[in-house]
Amino acid sequence: MTTRRNFLKGALASGAAVSSAAIAPPVCARETKSRPPEALGLLYDATLCVGCKACVAACKAANDNPPEFSTADHLWDTPLDTSGYTFNIIKMYRNGTMETKDAEVNGFAFMKTSCMHCADPSCVSACPVTAMVKDPVTGIVSYDPDACVGCRYCVVACPFGIPKYQYDSPTGKIGKCELCRHRYEDGHYSACAEVCPTGATLYGRTADLLAEAKRRIALAPGSMTVYPRGKLGGPDQSYEGPVGNYLQHVYGETEYGGTQVLKLSAVTFAKVGMPDLKPEAAAALSENIQNALYGGLIMPIAVLAGMTYVAKRNVHHEDDEPADKPGKE
Amino acid sequence: MSTDQHTVPAPVGGSLLNATTFTCGVLVVVMATIILIRMFFGLASTTNVNDGYSWGIWVVVDVFIGSALACGGFCMALLVYIFNKGKYHPLVRPALLSSLFGYTLAGAAITFDLGRWWNFWHIFWPGYFNVRSVMFEVAACITLYIIVMWIEFTPVFLEKMGLRETRKKLNKVLFFFIALGIVLPMMHQASLGTMLVVMGGQVHPLWQTPMLPLIYLLSAITLGYGVILFESCVAASAYRRQIEVPLLNPMARVMLGIMGLYLVVRFADLMVRGVLGYAFQLNAVALTFWIENACFIAPFLLIGTVEARRNPARLFVAGLAVMLGGIMLRLNGFLIAFDTGPGWSYFPSVPEMLVTLGIFAANVLGYIIITRRFPVLPREDAPELPRQDAQLAH
Repeated sequence: MTTRRNFLKGALASGAAVSSAAIAPPVCARETKSRPPEALGLLYDATLCVGCKACVAACKAANDNPPEFSTADHLWDTPLDTSGYTFNIIKMYRNGTMETKDAEVNGFAFMKTSCMHCADPSCVSACPVTAMVKDPVTGIVSYDPDACVGCRYCVVACPFGIPKYQYDSPTGKIGKCELCRHRYEDGHYSACAEVCPTGATLYGRTADLLAEAKRRIALAPGSMTVYPRGKLGGPDQSYEGPVGNYLQHVYGETEYGGTQVLKLSAVTFAKVGMPDLKPEAAAALSENIQNALYGGLIMPIAVLAGMTYVAKRNVHHEDDEPADKPGKE
Repeated sequence: MSTDQHTVPAPVGGSLLNATTFTCGVLVVVMATIILIRMFFGLASTTNVNDGYSWGIWVVVDVFIGSALACGGFCMALLVYIFNKGKYHPLVRPALLSSLFGYTLAGAAITFDLGRWWNFWHIFWPGYFNVRSVMFEVAACITLYIIVMWIEFTPVFLEKMGLRETRKKLNKVLFFFIALGIVLPMMHQASLGTMLVVMGGQVHPLWQTPMLPLIYLLSAITLGYGVILFESCVAASAYRRQIEVPLLNPMARVMLGIMGLYLVVRFADLMVRGVLGYAFQLNAVALTFWIENACFIAPFLLIGTVEARRNPARLFVAGLAVMLGGIMLRLNGFLIAFDTGPGWSYFPSVPEMLVTLGIFAANVLGYIIITRRFPVLPREDAPELPRQDAQLAH
């Protein structure tokens, strides 16, 4: 019976160690990260978007991406979604007769799909080799193909389905919007915002863009207001237009700790492909679990020490030496 | 600890060329051909993986499920060397062998799924690796464990080659590698569950919880014992040997104990989070949830009593059920109940399935070659066999 008692003791001890580790509050739990103060981003206002897709074409050109075809004639670039070769796309919501723009019933609406540049990005947390990096100043989530191993954990992890992989190539890369950071040194900014004729996509500091978004949703629908275009705080390209029938929700203000790309819409965000996300980022939870279990390698080393001690006592090599005895094949 | 029950490991002997090894060989060649095509023409040339389901069966089955099914080795080491149940010693080597192959092939399988495999070393290179990434923990830990297992298995090769001195030297430090060989799989099998956490709401609430590391770890241990039940029966039948019922019977009871704990944790978690209601809706997700959990519950009905556990057929079916349960837990979390948004679907292509089949064929082939030529399985004409029969009948 003693062996059984020992067995049960051991079982209880190891069970308790594992479960307490899983349940106990993490040693130094981190909160969901927030945007850097100088974070750069975009404000997309679906009520201003006319669906011209100039931003899709400009993005292709700025990132030197090949056209993708979805029609039989293969005449022009017609991607249906973002991909390893398409980092920005305008999608359309349709309902019933599609009579009214920005109406949920019998209406239609547009929605931009591109990287949200999360404050606490899942892709950065997921990447095992630091190929996805969030810039500490601009907050831009960038990708380094020279570091990437192509495990595609980022593709699976992103709640917006943004990092995409080039499956058709033996040397495929991940493709995603990097806010045209490669064009900044020439005095340019995000190509999609640069070419947007209505200011539906506006570039700037996320803090400024958030203030602009809040200004808009506070206005009375149908009243007139001034809309900036291109770069917020850049050369004046503003124009006067009617205020849309906004939802009282700036998408990206709090989702997953906030995103640097913000969105305004008249149609419920879930219906235009923007998922409901809690203010707590999944990346924070994942990293807290990892930290609780493996932080400083404290628990693994403690468990290893215990296991080594017990194993040293229990390993009997006389049991392990059959082939040294006569009768070996 | 009594040593008299220890059956001596010895090579099974016999021809290496038969219908089974030939079939496995052909499947391995087919696999190699498909991998070659994938290397030259990209993942789309051979697989159906897409941006909605970027991880297909090459990751989820070959690596995640393959490594979980290879937990027998560490589960037996846990029983024999940590809980000091020396009587299970004859089961250690065969279990370790299949773990060795399972993990080595899982490690090999990940490389040809990697889109930029030539950078693989970055995972181990300071300046590149990201300690906050669950994938880093899994990759580093699995790699280390594969090395540790080869060291643990080295005595078998040294025995075969008659290098007694080297073997004695290795024996002096082997306990450390045995301990390492228990801690490492516990770490990464738990992390394989944590892998789902960062995917957030894309994973159905029935499979998305902060308790995932504990759930995956407990299921991996259960799975380890289930695989040993299955493999012991298959090996006995294939080699026309005695089934080690006197050992499998109490081991199956250990398995049921851990599985009971698993089910308590699993369902308590669902109730605490208030999502158990999803399991009672009339849809495919609820169905696949119950298929998974039925597999974990069925063994209690099949081999719940000492009497029932004396029946090799019941042990075999129970082992199979546990394996299926563990497979479903992982398939559900990573593929079936993973929803990345409308418009995406995935079902493996024929070449994808052939590669997975090839991996399992390589496992079987390696197991046959090693057990026929190296001292792994307990010697059949060992003197205690009549005693085992006596125990069987008592």
